[in-house]
Amino acid sequence: MTLRVDLQIISDWIPDGASVLDLGCGNGTLLHHLQDRSVTGYGLEIDNSKFADCLRAGINVIQADLDEGLSQFADQSFDYVILSQTLQAIKRPDFLLQEIMRVGRNGIIGFPNFGHWQCRWQLSLSGHMPVSKSLPNHWFDTPNIHLCTIRDFEQLCRDNHFNITNRSVVNHAYKDTLAIRLLPNLFGETAVYLVQNQPK
Amino acid sequence: MPDNLPADSVGLVNPQTLRITEPLALDCGRSLSQFDLVYETYGQLNADKSNAVLICHALSGDHHAAGYHSLDDKKPGWWDSAIGPGKVIDTNKFFVVCPNNLGGCKGSSGPNTLNPETGKLYGPDFPIVTVTDWVNSQAILADSLGIQQWAAVIGGSLGGMQAMQWAISLPDRVRHALIIAAASKLSAQNIAFNEVARTAIKSDPDFHNGYYAEHDTLPRQGLGLARMLGHITYLSDEAMGQKFGRELRSGQIHYGYDVEFQIESYLRYQSSSFVERFDANTYLLMTKALDYFDPAKAFDDDLNATMKGIKAKTLVMSFTSDWRFSPLRSLEIVDALLSAGKQVSYAEIEAHQGHDAFLMPIPRYMEIFGTYMQLVAKEVNS
Repeated sequence: MTLRVDLQIISDWIPDGASVLDLGCGNGTLLHHLQDRSVTGYGLEIDNSKFADCLRAGINVIQADLDEGLSQFADQSFDYVILSQTLQAIKRPDFLLQEIMRVGRNGIIGFPNFGHWQCRWQLSLSGHMPVSKSLPNHWFDTPNIHLCTIRDFEQLCRDNHFNITNRSVVNHAYKDTLAIRLLPNLFGETAVYLVQNQPK
Repeated sequence: MPDNLPADSVGLVNPQTLRITEPLALDCGRSLSQFDLVYETYGQLNADKSNAVLICHALSGDHHAAGYHSLDDKKPGWWDSAIGPGKVIDTNKFFVVCPNNLGGCKGSSGPNTLNPETGKLYGPDFPIVTVTDWVNSQAILADSLGIQQWAAVIGGSLGGMQAMQWAISLPDRVRHALIIAAASKLSAQNIAFNEVARTAIKSDPDFHNGYYAEHDTLPRQGLGLARMLGHITYLSDEAMGQKFGRELRSGQIHYGYDVEFQIESYLRYQSSSFVERFDANTYLLMTKALDYFDPAKAFDDDLNATMKGIKAKTLVMSFTSDWRFSPLRSLEIVDALLSAGKQVSYAEIEAHQGHDAFLMPIPRYMEIFGTYMQLVAKEVNS
């Protein structure tokens, strides 16, 4: 089974045998893939339409609303807490990020970059809220209520004293280009971050 | 199989009786010197006896979970929607065992059976039994069937509490526990409902302190009232509204105190049929078993510590409109299992039927339940 590229990036960052909490696990693809490397943990998902898929994949899945935080989990109880392409749909992304870093020793967060030049172009020239391949919904029917740019996210991490230890910024085809390397906030469409708590 | 029974039914079934002559010590401090357990089984036990599934019944349930006792039966067993060939608890794959709980009134020793020591009906003298006592008695049944470990212990409501207690008390004997529409203990509101039901029964002039059989009567009014109350709490406002609304029996209001609304008529019918088939002393006992259920009590009220010893994988399910044992009550179980680092999955099923939803073949519920059971079947049959 080939993995979606953002999930491949995340998977590469997770060592064998780690304990993982996958927030918004969908049909459980990532955890299923990681099982081959003795990674254990739980998937959380608000929608139970893919619940049976998760079970079939041999995954422990808990139906839960991420907007309510992760109070069911103890501090630092997982090696990695993953949130892929969901941060922008959360009511309070700052609160969830704090929860991720409370529960996990590492956080892996992936999101669409609203600072991409196409977003800027559409908003500045046409005066309309951007619609693109990575953000296909119109402003009125989008689940994405808290879009941010790469710069915004890094600012949020700094404000909360979280260290960014790895970053992967790619285009829509999940490729890394020279332009992205030079100006990630302008040319990157999707960003994935590995974040740690600052040592006290 | 006769032509007029559905193809996915377990068909005609016969209850069996196990007489146990070893004394059973009970939580209340008393013991039963001998007792009977009536049970039904469906499907075949495999060679290594690894495919057995225990079904635990709820307050008014019994051992007749699936199939028919006779071709004249109007209705199959109480969980026929889930148990049968090709159904979610697939009797082509599993050997399903469902006993009538101790203290019940459908054949297992209880208030309406003879006390072997006196030769008279137990009546209210039957000791109050707890969920733990039930688990211990069911373990004796498992021993007698040669079942060392259940592939799964499954139950809804009070049955879910038994499944939980099994996993806690006898961790080596449960591979999977399915805890449906349950709670780790009753809330004050739950106990209050039970107390109203008990008060209704005990204040019936025909109750005679529980010795109604000796007076050749039944506390019909009281038990009926208890059932009416229970029934209201098992349904949701929405389900009742959909089923009955404000519909009138005769199409118009009569400005009197007789039955006018359809819901009144339904409740009266439900209660009058219930009092003929259920024993009032058993009803009292079952509500007490519910009230007393609190596995964390033995662990300094620490539910996380209570779950520590569990070895079973668990599936916990709740229903959105269930206000008797709401999803929040199931989440307490799930959170404790997570804190204890146990293998657990949890689904909250969208359903308008209230607490009774656990008995309904709701598609998403059946999909998740069935998928889980297929995995269990694969595990034990490989």
